[in-house]
Amino acid sequence: MYRQSEILDRSGHDGYMVINVGPQHPATHGVLHFVITLNGETIIKLEPHIGYIHRSIEKMCESLNYRQFVYTTSRMDYLSSHINNHACCLAVEKGLELEIPPRAQIIRILMDELTRLASHQLWWGSMAMDIGALTPFFHAFREREMITDIFEDTCGTRLTMNYMVPGGVMADLHPDFQQKVKVFLKQFQEKLPEYDELVTGNIIFQNRTKGVGILSKEDAISYGVSGPTARASGVSCDVRKLYPYGVYDKLDFKEITDTGCDTWARYIVRMEEMRQSIHIIEQLIDNIPDGDFQAKTKAVLKLPKGEYYSRVETARGELGVYIVSEGGTTPYRIKFRSPGFSNLSAMETMVKGGKIGDFVAVMGSVDLVIPDIDR
Amino acid sequence: MWSLENITKSVDSWLNLQFSPTIAFLIEAVIIMVLVIGLFAFLGLVLVYMERKVSSFMQIRLGPNRVGPMGIFQTAADTLKLIVKEGFTPNNVDKFLFNLAPFIVMVVAMVVLAPFAFSKGFQIWDVNVGIFFITAVSSLGVIGILTAGWSSNNKYSLLGAMRSGAQIVSYELSAGLTILVIVMLTGSLRISDIINAQADGWWIFKGHIPAIIAFVIYIIAATAETNRAPFDMAEAESELTAGFHTEYSGMKFALFFLAEYANVFIVCAIGATLFLGGWMPLHFGENNWFNTIMDYIPGIVWFFGKAFFLIFVIMWFRWTFPRLRIDQLLNLEWKYLLPISLFNLLLATVIAITGWHF
Repeated sequence: MYRQSEILDRSGHDGYMVINVGPQHPATHGVLHFVITLNGETIIKLEPHIGYIHRSIEKMCESLNYRQFVYTTSRMDYLSSHINNHACCLAVEKGLELEIPPRAQIIRILMDELTRLASHQLWWGSMAMDIGALTPFFHAFREREMITDIFEDTCGTRLTMNYMVPGGVMADLHPDFQQKVKVFLKQFQEKLPEYDELVTGNIIFQNRTKGVGILSKEDAISYGVSGPTARASGVSCDVRKLYPYGVYDKLDFKEITDTGCDTWARYIVRMEEMRQSIHIIEQLIDNIPDGDFQAKTKAVLKLPKGEYYSRVETARGELGVYIVSEGGTTPYRIKFRSPGFSNLSAMETMVKGGKIGDFVAVMGSVDLVIPDIDR
Repeated sequence: MWSLENITKSVDSWLNLQFSPTIAFLIEAVIIMVLVIGLFAFLGLVLVYMERKVSSFMQIRLGPNRVGPMGIFQTAADTLKLIVKEGFTPNNVDKFLFNLAPFIVMVVAMVVLAPFAFSKGFQIWDVNVGIFFITAVSSLGVIGILTAGWSSNNKYSLLGAMRSGAQIVSYELSAGLTILVIVMLTGSLRISDIINAQADGWWIFKGHIPAIIAFVIYIIAATAETNRAPFDMAEAESELTAGFHTEYSGMKFALFFLAEYANVFIVCAIGATLFLGGWMPLHFGENNWFNTIMDYIPGIVWFFGKAFFLIFVIMWFRWTFPRLRIDQLLNLEWKYLLPISLFNLLLATVIAITGWHF
């Protein structure tokens, strides 16, 4: 194994202990590998080793046409597959200069926000689980299950939806969609105070998170951190506000920022984002216009020669899709700017000097999805 | 009212009549061993099942429901699976200590049971330093955990064992001081004396504020001593995978697992004995119909009922609270619980001397 000898060599010097957290470890939520140098319980150094789930999605995309490559992105950040697909569609549509029907626009935003809610619910459960409370996970899944049911009705699948296509969405909404979403919103709004009682108000949870894993505003900017992680450090970086796509510029919602810079701030930002997502869905759910759900497109899409870039706000941060086209049916080169990779790079700054318990809390609050890092 | 006292007395006298005292003593020892092992098997089966049902109740799921009616044989099936697994010893471990550690933990848990009064006259050994014996022996359990962590040759195990060592040694102080409050009020270390002193009311009712403070601190310290959430630093599965028993599998792991539940029962039984009157029934006032009805419930039911109530409370903690960090855990003990218990002990002394308790 590569680096193995190096890891063994370093242990024993200076009285430090080197432990491997991962690739199989409950705290990393996937096959992420950290080499942590410890002095007792205090973290001296943290080194992420990535690549265990690298599938070379970018290279694969080069041999797939502009309809097909969208589907590979569902497998990147599998918790926000709608949003990933949306980003790819936006880039392709920019190249084709397609006009998207209003109905498709609204459906896309609705799906994006439902995805964000589902993703944040899973994050909430798993963060509480990292910190040691096992029960919230099940409560979060109770509500998340309703969202996946809604997705299943309309898209046919529950996790990797592949619902968005260049020009709109693949199929029309299920007839029950609006009613089911309303039922879900009602239940979720009833249960949110329960979430707060169970975790937010808990004194142990607050002690575990407040002042832990500090990421200053300067560090957040220099590491390119995005999403709720950056917003908790006071960086205004919500793509939905700064570079609106879809109909976000017509919607009323707030960009949540916090200047706490710690794990607690990241927790609060995500909790508030859930409320904002509910607010967005409430605005749209009764205002879905009639019409086509897909624009008329050619059977084979060909992007004109050039470079196209689109950016969206996923549940974890900013996802950029960069397409270089030579004018053919397949992209010449595709690059994804995934939020997880940049957020991971700030891990060492956040956990240095903390305890192992802090590392786990920070891991939970940053909400990394490993296939998104490795791609 | 029937009691187990008559049964134990008649068995004892019959054995002494039939055999010489030495033989009778040996037979009694064998009977006790069988009963203790039976109790442990019972605890293992019941508490694991109870934990699963309690957790599933709190986590909006059904829990075990396939093996037997309501899944009551789930634990038996799990035990069977653990027994038939290979007793695996990894390379590069200290084989002797590695294999010894589960037995230390288990034997300690069994020895602690000696002075417990399960019902009137149903007690293995009514030693005059009973409660002292319990605190002294139960603190030996940490040796087993440290041995397991050290001999496993695994860094996670080592971290878990060191955490556990720091934690148990710290929380022993609070637990000991809260026990002293009751010893002070009773004026005796003998378990039967402590229980008899609660015939007219349990210490938690009679002992004023010191007893209530002591009870709360005792429950916190007991949770910490048994290494259960929110104080499960030694295992901390999201941090240390499984802590000190990472390398254990099969029956050796099962012994740790069983010892954990036995320890939970033991600390809860101590709590029930000291604060909730052991096998004494609940009485209000004197000679009313309520007391008469309560007297009809056998002492052993009272004892196990109280112990299981406390066990439920501890399980409740486990499934609702997040875990503390190791430094917060030690801060809680040394900066808050220990000073409070010391002051509480002083208060209890004043009350015991002046006789202000009921």
